[in-house]
Parts: sequence; structure tokens; C-alpha cells
Amino acid sequence: MLAAVKFRDYYETLGVPRTATLDEIKRAYRKLARKFHPDVNKEKDAEAQFKEVGEAYAVLKDPEKRAAYDRFGENWKAGQDFQPPPNWDAGFEFSGARPAGGAGGGADFSDFFESLFGRGGMGGEAPRQGRTMRAHGEDHHAKVVIPLEDAYTGSRRSLALRMPELDDEGRVALKTRTLEVTIPKGIKAGQTLRLQGQGGPGFGGGPPGDLYLEVEFEPHARFRVDGRDVTVDLPLAPWESELGTTARVPTPSGEVELTVPPHSGAGRKLRLRGRGLPGEPPGDLYAIVSVVLPRAETDADKDAYRALSQAFSRFDPRAG
Amino acid sequence: MNMPIVEVEYRLTLVELCHACEAREEDVRAWVDEGALEPEGRQPHDWRFAAAALPRARTAARLARDFEIDARAIALVLELMDEIDRLRARLA
Repeated sequence: MLAAVKFRDYYETLGVPRTATLDEIKRAYRKLARKFHPDVNKEKDAEAQFKEVGEAYAVLKDPEKRAAYDRFGENWKAGQDFQPPPNWDAGFEFSGARPAGGAGGGADFSDFFESLFGRGGMGGEAPRQGRTMRAHGEDHHAKVVIPLEDAYTGSRRSLALRMPELDDEGRVALKTRTLEVTIPKGIKAGQTLRLQGQGGPGFGGGPPGDLYLEVEFEPHARFRVDGRDVTVDLPLAPWESELGTTARVPTPSGEVELTVPPHSGAGRKLRLRGRGLPGEPPGDLYAIVSVVLPRAETDADKDAYRALSQAFSRFDPRAG
Repeated sequence: MNMPIVEVEYRLTLVELCHACEAREEDVRAWVDEGALEPEGRQPHDWRFAAAALPRARTAARLARDFEIDARAIALVLELMDEIDRLRARLA
């Protein structure tokens, strides 16, 4: 059974009234596109919103598509189950090709869009090279998310890549391909690995494209990473912070013993040279001191704080 | 299941970079002219782009396509984005 297609209110998406002029639509689109562009906006759902806005604009900027869409009037609400009435598009001819816009190349429009304007027939990006020519296959890009620890040791990952491929009848189908990939030790976040010949197939005997894998680290509860440097929090008791101590500090390659010098107040950065990500040169590990005060629960606890207060009677934390 | 060779330190020619980020050569040349990308080598046919230039060039290509902006604006946007990244890193 086919999943129901939901009606999309393109005017609502762009935040314009149904009477908006083309200029108003363009202005609203540009503003939202800048706001949600996935290169600019790092929020998770930015890309999805950017695509929605692009789809709404693709329909409303095109007088023919807009007129056809407007036939539905205001009776439909966003999110309602939708099926286009038979022959709803009689008298319209959608000549414009689908815009190539949308992040990441050929735009994926919603099922709603396709139920109205179709998928084939609308063009799509014109192939850049003729089929009869010998041409290099497309390069593909994918992201691989690894635990930070893997960058210390190197690892082998099995990647499932979904790629569009033409079947025997020339239809596009998504095929899943599994690749075993060695992630080298010392890889940094944002680095791009190249796998030659693992991209799209070539045309007319041309070589296949390459596959580029962008590496990202899983967010870590303890460690923050900047290039090859790694930062970890080091909570200390007040006496440890002031008198110095040795503390066991976690690093992505295991615990190490760290000498905390006296007077290591909150915010002090202690450096463990070469304990960051491996490389030439390796990064450093920074332990950032925070001071945790013990809670005075019992009378004895309170007496201890009172004794401290007497010993430091001239200490004023708000001075200077 | 196959085990392809994984390259970390590779250099891209102008043609390879254009192919990888689906950009026209004249656009990439303009981004280099504006200092948004800094390849090694003097002449375009000697240019070698470090692997790190690829994500940058792909961002440039998307900005150019989605906002229809020229090379100068792209260079400015990329610099501002670098600045934002630096400030975000400081906040972390």
C-alpha cells in the first residue's frame, strides 16, 4: 500500500499570502534560503527546511505551476492526506525543467510535489555529457561518523552506501553497496578520504568516478576536539587545586597520571604534550581545571568551613 | 565486499577538483583569484589543491549555485564562516 501523500501549503512555507506578487515570493524565498542553507545553518533540520523552501519556490515562482497549484484553493490544510483529483492539470503544460537547486545537487522534491508535477517528464538536471561520449563517472560524497577513539588507533568500518543506479530497463533504483574501509590512525574531523574508482560508473568505457568520505567524530561526553588537540575537564577538590596533587585523567587512549601543580585554580589549562590525536606532530591533550566544593552537610563539615574562614579572615573573593 | 585503497594525503588537479565539486573551471579559477582557495603551483595546469580544499570548494559551489553570488561574495562568505567556526571553537 502506498503511504498517503500529505498536502503541502507552499504559501505557508514561504510565509506569504496567497495574493503575494512574484517579487514578494522571491524576497521571502531568498531570505529563508539564506537562513536555512545547510552550509550556513548548522542546525540538524536546516537541510530539510532548505529543501522545503526550495520546493515551495520552484512552484510559486513558475506562473503555470502556481496557477495549477492555486486551483486547490484554500480548502487544503498542510499535512492533510492528499490525492490530486483526476485531470486536475488539464489545460496546463509544465514546460520548465525541475530546478537543479537544493543542497547536494539534484533536488529531491516531496511526494506531494511529484504527485502534482510528476517525476519523469519534468526534465531534471540535463546530463552534462552525451551517453555516446566516453565520460568519467560521477564522483560521490559520503560522510562517515566514527568514535574519537578510532582516530587514536585506526579502525576498519563497514559502510553501507545507498547509490542510485540504472537497472536493465533504464530506471533509477537505489542500490545498497557495502564497502570495507580502513580509517587510518590520526585522522582529523573534517578530513576527506579519497577512494579512487569507487564513485559512479563511467559512460562509454570511461573510468568510474571517485568516492570521497568526509570523516566526522561522534560527539563525546568527555572529550572535545579541535584539530589534533583534545580537551577534557579536570574537576578538583579545593585542597587539590591549591596544594597540588596527582590525578588520573582519562584520555581517548586510556588513563594517564597527571601532576597538578599547586595553585591550579579553576580555568587553568594543564597540557599533556603529545596526548592528543596521533600525527606528525601529534596533538596535545588539555585538562581544564574546575574546582568542586564539597557540600557542608554535617556539623563537622560546617566546622571545617568555619575553620577555613578563620584561617583566611583577610581573604576577600570580591576584592579587585 | 572489497577493500579499496583509502588515500588521506592526496592532491587534486584543477580538473579533478572541478569534477569532484561539480563546478566549472572558470568558477574555480575565480575563487582562486579571490584567495578563497590556495592551491600550490603557479599556473592553473600546475595547480594542486590539498585534500582540505575539497570541502571548501564544495561549499563554494553550493553557495554559488543556490544564491547566485559571484566569486568576491563567495570569498567573503567563506571568510566569515571561518571566523564563526573559530569563535564557536572558543565557546566549546
